[in-house]
Amino acid sequence: MFNFLIRRLVVAALVAATVMTLAFILTRLSGDLATSIAGPNATQADIEAIRLAYGLDRPVLSQFFDWVGRALTGDLGESYFFKARVSTLIAERMPVTLTLGLTGLVIALVVSLPLGILAAVRENTGLDRVVQMVALFGQAMPSFWLGLILMITLGLNLGWLPISGTGSWQHFVMPGIVLAFSAIPALTRLTRAGMIQAMGSDYIRTARAKGLSRASILLKHALRNAAIPVVAIAAVQLGFMLGGSIVIEQVFALHGVGFLAWESIGKNDFPVVQAVVLVLAVIYVALTMVADLMNAVLDPRLRGP
Amino acid sequence: MSALLDVEGLEVGFGSRTSAVRGISLTVERGETHCLVGESGCGKSVTALAVMNLLARGSHRTARRMTFQGEDLLKLNDRGMARLRGNAMAMIFQEPMTSLNPAYTVGSQMTEVLRRHKGASQRAATDRAADLLARVGITAPGLRLGQFPHQLSGGLRQRVMIAMALMCDPQLLIADEPTTALDVTVQAQILRLLAELQRDLGLGVLLITHDLGIVARVATRVSVMYAGEVVESAATAQLFADPRHPYTKGLLRCVPVPGKQRQDEPLGSIPGTVPRIGPGFAGCAFRERCDFADETCAHIIPRHAASPGHDYLCRLTA
Repeated sequence: MFNFLIRRLVVAALVAATVMTLAFILTRLSGDLATSIAGPNATQADIEAIRLAYGLDRPVLSQFFDWVGRALTGDLGESYFFKARVSTLIAERMPVTLTLGLTGLVIALVVSLPLGILAAVRENTGLDRVVQMVALFGQAMPSFWLGLILMITLGLNLGWLPISGTGSWQHFVMPGIVLAFSAIPALTRLTRAGMIQAMGSDYIRTARAKGLSRASILLKHALRNAAIPVVAIAAVQLGFMLGGSIVIEQVFALHGVGFLAWESIGKNDFPVVQAVVLVLAVIYVALTMVADLMNAVLDPRLRGP
Repeated sequence: MSALLDVEGLEVGFGSRTSAVRGISLTVERGETHCLVGESGCGKSVTALAVMNLLARGSHRTARRMTFQGEDLLKLNDRGMARLRGNAMAMIFQEPMTSLNPAYTVGSQMTEVLRRHKGASQRAATDRAADLLARVGITAPGLRLGQFPHQLSGGLRQRVMIAMALMCDPQLLIADEPTTALDVTVQAQILRLLAELQRDLGLGVLLITHDLGIVARVATRVSVMYAGEVVESAATAQLFADPRHPYTKGLLRCVPVPGKQRQDEPLGSIPGTVPRIGPGFAGCAFRERCDFADETCAHIIPRHAASPGHDYLCRLTA
């Protein structure tokens, strides 16, 4: 188990390093940073001044190692536009994004696990097909559209939930549902497929031959094995929700990290863009590790001999 | 006293086109080992699963009579069957590598049976599991209880399966080719163990196999199956000494007998394959592979008794 952890940590560090490099290169590929920061009406002298002030005249490699060195100590630099520490900016907005992402994941799991199990138990019946259709529609539905529909019905017509802002937990329900819809189809199908495979396995036949109750067969013996791919994908989905909630944060006016990234890209505020990419990547890597650990708990074979 | 397991006229079909088992009758007495032999696909395993009511969805089972300890299995619902399974009737399977749940320890899988059926405490169940592991010849049972299936060899896993089947002191043990997936040396050990347990615990055993060597060693009674029917049934010694059905004779010719066989004499074989049988099939299913078949074999074949307790299904009465 210890070796397993060490191995995973080394891989995680390598992935983080790769992402740092890519984030750096990508921001430099978007054109001359000094020119775009200066704006369309700037003179050549202004641009040169900006180039000097932000250290953009130095060789690219030295800029890179300078940034990496600071990032490792937790210093992500300063935003050109907000005139604030990037780490402060991200820290301010992270709670909104985390709350939204976790709400989305919890709703997605609460919906898709029972639906997947139900569809598997009733394989190839009308109920199974209905569940599959729902999953298909969920996948095909654009999230901004679903967001607007929810706002009109639950928010404006019924008045049950607030339609924008971050004042209370109620504010996170609608965006959470919309976000969950992006994960529900995949998680439902995966649960269904995993349960069908597990229910057809020899050890389930053994469990039945032992006269165990239906609940024990389904929830103890089958679900534990079916859950292994679900956990892995749920972690990836949570990563998507945290990083990809830009549209939802826009629609519901939630000022989270996604919103920050969108603003910064528009303003060519590259220290913020680099930092957001890095932070999200680190979260992503950490989530994958958590998923691997949870899978090692679920499946003893993954813990090594 | 009635037989421990009494099955009469069992039929199992899959869909409307395939008849897997066609009117089988068999009994298992207390303390006897009844062997069901036949080629792959002849319906041996399906028969066993039908008795346990573990057939896959989409299959249908009918019988004139099916009783276990005098209780009518045909009238039991799922819950009633679940009460018997793992309790008074237990089953072990051909694939020890995949028949245990990879996610739970040996101990957890063994104890849950006793806890479910006898309401035993975890502690009592663990003690019983350790005793049984020792009984089936596993050293360091305490260690094994905490291990996961992937940490055990195939032979050990099959011993675990057997010990698990014995947790609730069953009356009937159904073993579906329990040694097929194992090494030859391990096979012998497992068979010896089954025979020993059967004698010591007075179990009724229904042993399914395609290996006549196994039959000769452990069976008290043999039923030979072909294409979903029992074509011959007799006490073991009688069947080997005086086989009546051409299929049984053919099977016996396929097994080398040391001392009886000249070294240059080729081993026998039965030409052809088992036919696929649908509903409405009449006559002898073996007729296309049989040396003695004529046109009368396409009609309904009566069951003859060669002697008390020895009957076979063939038009040849000599």
